[in-house]
Amino acid sequence: MTTAAVPHDRPASLDPPARPRKKAHRTRAARQFDRRRMWVVTRTDLRQLIQSKDYWIPMVALGSLFFLVIPTILLFTITRIGDINVVQKASQALQILPPSAQAKIQGATPQGRTAYALAVYLFAPVAVVVPLTISTAVGAATLVGERERGTGEFLAHSPASVREIYLGKLLASFVPGYLTTLVGFGTYSLVVNLIVGPDVGGWFFPTTEWWVMMLWIIPPFLLLTLSLVLRLSARVKSTAAAQQASGLITLPLIGIAYSQSTGTLLGNGSTAAWVLGGAAWLLAAFSLHRGVRSVTRARLLGVAQ
Amino acid sequence: MADTKTVMPSEPAGDAAPDDPTPIVSLRGVSHRFGTVDALHDLSFDVPTGRITVLLGPNGAGKTTAIRAITGALSPTWGVVRTFGLDPDEDGHLVRPRCGVVSAKPALYDRLSGRDNLAYAAALYGVTRDVDRHIEVAAARFGITDAIDALVGGYSTGMKTRLALARSVLHDPELLLFDEPTSGLDPESSYAVLDLIREMTSEGHTVVMCTHLLAEAEGLADHVVVMEGGTDLVVGSPMELTRRFWPHPIVTLDAEDPRLLDRVASFPGVEGYRRDPSGVRIELDDLRRLPDMVASLVADGVRLTRVEPHEPTLEDLYFTIRRQAGADRSVDNDGGAPIQSGRRDRAGQPLAPISTGHGELPPLGVASPSAEPLARTVDEGVAR
Repeated sequence: MTTAAVPHDRPASLDPPARPRKKAHRTRAARQFDRRRMWVVTRTDLRQLIQSKDYWIPMVALGSLFFLVIPTILLFTITRIGDINVVQKASQALQILPPSAQAKIQGATPQGRTAYALAVYLFAPVAVVVPLTISTAVGAATLVGERERGTGEFLAHSPASVREIYLGKLLASFVPGYLTTLVGFGTYSLVVNLIVGPDVGGWFFPTTEWWVMMLWIIPPFLLLTLSLVLRLSARVKSTAAAQQASGLITLPLIGIAYSQSTGTLLGNGSTAAWVLGGAAWLLAAFSLHRGVRSVTRARLLGVAQ
Repeated sequence: MADTKTVMPSEPAGDAAPDDPTPIVSLRGVSHRFGTVDALHDLSFDVPTGRITVLLGPNGAGKTTAIRAITGALSPTWGVVRTFGLDPDEDGHLVRPRCGVVSAKPALYDRLSGRDNLAYAAALYGVTRDVDRHIEVAAARFGITDAIDALVGGYSTGMKTRLALARSVLHDPELLLFDEPTSGLDPESSYAVLDLIREMTSEGHTVVMCTHLLAEAEGLADHVVVMEGGTDLVVGSPMELTRRFWPHPIVTLDAEDPRLLDRVASFPGVEGYRRDPSGVRIELDDLRRLPDMVASLVADGVRLTRVEPHEPTLEDLYFTIRRQAGADRSVDNDGGAPIQSGRRDRAGQPLAPISTGHGELPPLGVASPSAEPLARTVDEGVAR
């Protein structure tokens, strides 16, 4: 070995980069996708959520409040206590429903008809607010949280591609919100049928519109919201900042999802509901596709420019 | 940062096992910029297969960034990185499964148990068969079997490091990258971790370890890359570098009357001589001349109080190299050429300065009042 002064042949300035580089998401490594590895990321994130009581206790409380406590109290008040003033006021409020919706209201008594209308038409926000709130809380912390805890370094050095990490984390955010909603929906169906069912001639819930909303409308809106929230989570410097910023995204989406869900429930036509859902799915798919680019290894390491 | 630097051109490949001369990692002219800061600047070195390569440098030298570039976690702004002969930026999916990384912070999931942390890594790295057995073996090897089912949040720093080490070897990687693995550990745990690292190399793994602790690198490194300011100052095995910087054995002598030692300068085989407050330091062409020299001095009535052969350490090397780099920079900043010692090796290349300890014997060619070239002082000593 010899000692030699060997100045490397290097440009004086690094701007623009002298090294021809592909964009991070266009490398062969970034295009890799292994579904099994994506599930591993999802499963591990979910396992951490389960370990974290400070997360799932509020989640259960929120679901219980919206799907069990409030509907039970309200419907029980109308059907069993039978306060005529409350019933009359509720009945008058229901006059604003479109004729097609009013025609579908079942029940022999004013209490029964009012309870039916409330159960079927006015609880749509519940089905929208709960999943969006829960999933957004998880999604906002997911990527920036890895960085804050230092575990982003482990993921950045791991064989998982950014696509697998992004989609794995997205699913891990989607599952708690949607699962809570599905469980809440089941509970809500039970409550509605047990309390209102005797007044309208038996079990009637869920209606077709509710099925469409739960399985066709809510999921794409949830995915769309999460795709945006995860983009934020990848970019911001702290979990607190991610949660603040994600609120700005979530609120308008809650509004849109609520209006569309209500429209579906009010019977604007099943075709319209399917078209609306289809459009939401397409938008969500596009947003997810774009969102993958927001996750880079440099961002996981916290050294992105 | 000066744009010119003294590079020991990597023959590091030659430092590898003779039957596997190809370096497992190769960096050439790698630079990376964060905003206006050069994290890496023209970094070049090779990592020989089956050896422990230590990236040695102060905080901010670019060691962590270099590790990140090796796995493709970070794409350098400029230069060429090859890991297993592949571009980790483009083919990271082929590179990363063959690497095991322990970062400066253990990067563990506190809300999961040790077992779950290992299972997660196993799944990500594609270990699908006998996962439980792999986990048990790794846990036993790093002494965390008893705590494997406890939440990692309750682990001590030492246990976290052990778990991170266990995680890094779970998939039996060819290349292990450790970024200051003993950071935050007590001395006992540090020694244990270093022993484990040494053990892994003996099993055929290649290890790249970052550290700013000289004591840690000493005795562990087969290959050293001294870094500063994102660039490599020198690259080579400690023995090669020591020979380069101190081509002759160094001996410290002292006597009741140190002036009587001046005659040593004219003894056969003495390549250099220098007197300082702690005695005289001589360079011998062969250490076997020392007994005759001592006998001769004693016969001449010199009452010796100290005869101490000096084995240069990595610490000597490190501070010498850094001092020289600093001197080169200061000269460059003044617009002048780097000062060379004038001493040449057999290939005619300038020799690096001599130092027997940081702060004690300044290197040749350093523009400082105390930087007397040893060769020159020999002559002066004789004249006196």
